[in-house]
Amino acid sequence: MSRVEFMQGNTACAEGALAAGCRFFGGYPITPSTEIAEHMARALPKRGGVFISMEDELGSIAAVIGAAWTGVRAMTATSGPGFSLMMENIGFAVMTETPCVIVNIQRGGPSTGQPTRAAQGDMLQCRFGSHGDYSTIALSPASVQEMFDLTVKAFNLADRYRVPAFVMADEIVGHMRERVTIPDAVEIVPRRKLEPGQLPFDGGEDGIPGFAQFGSGYAVHVTGLTHDERGYPDTMDAEAHDRLVRRLIGKIESARFDIADYEVENPDAETVFVTYGPPSRTVLQLLHDMPDEGIGHLRLRVVWPFPEFALSVFANAKVFLMPELNMGQMAREVQRHVDQPVIPIPKLGGDLHTPAELKQALEAYR
Amino acid sequence: MTAEEWYRADRLPHIYCAGCGNGTVINCTLAAVEELGWRREETVFISGIGCSSRAPGYILTDSLHTTHGRALAFATGVKLANPGLNVVVFTGDGDLAAIGGNHFIHACRRNVDMTVVCMNNMIYGMTGGQGSPTTPPGAFSTTTPYGSGEPAFDLAELAIAAGANYVARWTSYHVKELVKAIAAGMRTPGLSFVEVMTQCPTNYGRHNRLRRVSDMIEYLRTHALLVQKKERLVQEGKTVPDEMFTVGELVRRNRPAMGVRR
Ligand SMILES: Cc1ncc(C[n+]2csc(CCOP(=O)(O)OP(=O)(O)O)c2C)c(N)n1
Repeated sequence: MSRVEFMQGNTACAEGALAAGCRFFGGYPITPSTEIAEHMARALPKRGGVFISMEDELGSIAAVIGAAWTGVRAMTATSGPGFSLMMENIGFAVMTETPCVIVNIQRGGPSTGQPTRAAQGDMLQCRFGSHGDYSTIALSPASVQEMFDLTVKAFNLADRYRVPAFVMADEIVGHMRERVTIPDAVEIVPRRKLEPGQLPFDGGEDGIPGFAQFGSGYAVHVTGLTHDERGYPDTMDAEAHDRLVRRLIGKIESARFDIADYEVENPDAETVFVTYGPPSRTVLQLLHDMPDEGIGHLRLRVVWPFPEFALSVFANAKVFLMPELNMGQMAREVQRHVDQPVIPIPKLGGDLHTPAELKQALEAYR
Repeated sequence: MTAEEWYRADRLPHIYCAGCGNGTVINCTLAAVEELGWRREETVFISGIGCSSRAPGYILTDSLHTTHGRALAFATGVKLANPGLNVVVFTGDGDLAAIGGNHFIHACRRNVDMTVVCMNNMIYGMTGGQGSPTTPPGAFSTTTPYGSGEPAFDLAELAIAAGANYVARWTSYHVKELVKAIAAGMRTPGLSFVEVMTQCPTNYGRHNRLRRVSDMIEYLRTHALLVQKKERLVQEGKTVPDEMFTVGELVRRNRPAMGVRR
């Protein structure tokens, strides 16, 4: 039995985390994400979990990573300014292969920008924001239901691939209220355990090491320095660094097909919208209003690793149109993979594109 | 002094310079751990970045070597998520009081049940001896070539003001007292802060006419003023020289604490 509720996106995100077994939340209040922290503050103590309001976002993500090493599922939620503060420790989570979930309810930037208005301005920051080379997993919900579903999925991907996973939502899905179906139980993908005799940072065949939580007797050394398969610092050996960084990237990029999650509409279309998050809702409206126009639509639920193979589904595509709540961040990525023109349709300020605006773009470019 | 099974023998040789005080502090900490009878699989050593923060890498327990300044925030997550673990943090004066100052005062305020051992060498050691928040006024370093013009932090006083349940300060010369202080801190529920004035002949001594290890240790010994003696001097209306620092047990109390094993 599942239950149907009318709830806010941020609440659905918190409910998704709880359903996925999240038992640690460390955060610092920031609009428009705060409702997630408030919900977790109420819910976690009742379930034997820990909620802590840290002194800043550097501390929030640090506490989350520390908690994750004790074996619990742990998360934080923030928005632009806080997300920027987390960057160094996000790189630490990547380097130490710490599974955790980071929710970013995006708002208008740069800087303090528009605290109460939606944006998708951090889509490249979540991929490239910390220093050094790496890959990440990022999901983009377009509805309150997906705030629930994709938060659950983020925990599973984080544990499966031993990475920080991002839920890159925004003020629109965060604050919108919609009908949500909450299942009694959700699928839980457990962390693979370290087996006796295995080394704690040996990726094996798929590049993903077994996890030995603190207290399990393996005496694991966890460091952000370049390390060997034992976890010991090995910072001067070029080959050791090359091997580690290539494995960290490879374990994600080689699993692109498994991680991918997207929807395709009208694969024969010549004009194709590519969207993620709330702008896809306007495209759905357009498709509904103009059913006979043969408009194509690729909607990404997983944005990183980018599923370039999904673009080739549109064999007749002449042009890709990309409405985004930024100046064209993902349009750059799409253009990297196709020969056809990719037209960014930026929208700044916090509102979604109207159907009329997209119709205008459609007429201008097809 | 301490049983070999607490060290990762396969990590040797270590990175510390000849004459560094950090080995003494690690040894004293492990002696305290042994005195308490802690088991390896229930103990986690956590640190930030710096020479001092390399210590957990040499100890055969779960260990978390994190980012510069953030050790206490990581440790807060570990301890609150699993209060069954014994948590010890190694940190330096830069790691703790410069970049990590905010986490320091908040960890003390929360009084999270852990032991924090700060190796205060009065400079940023790992980056080559720049001035830190504990560089004494007038002292030379690579970024205070004319003598430091800034007042310095008293880390122990800071921890007391912020709420830590146990605070002590010793030097790397006072090894017996140091072991006792760390063990007392480990026994005290809540945050225990033990500051150890530690010699760095390579990067501090060299610029301050204390190039020989013995000179540096002598400097620490002669600048340490037992807290009881200081109180007596104050009572007698005598002046306490500015360049002296108090040593001894400075606070032991029972404020409410977080993350205490039930
Ligand atoms: C964010 C960041 N800034 C600067 C550094 C460079 N850095 C490494 S260690 C260090 C200072 C360490 O000094 P301290 O904490 O006193 O430890 P010590 O080496 O003296 O033991 C600095 C500034 C860094 N690693 N990370």
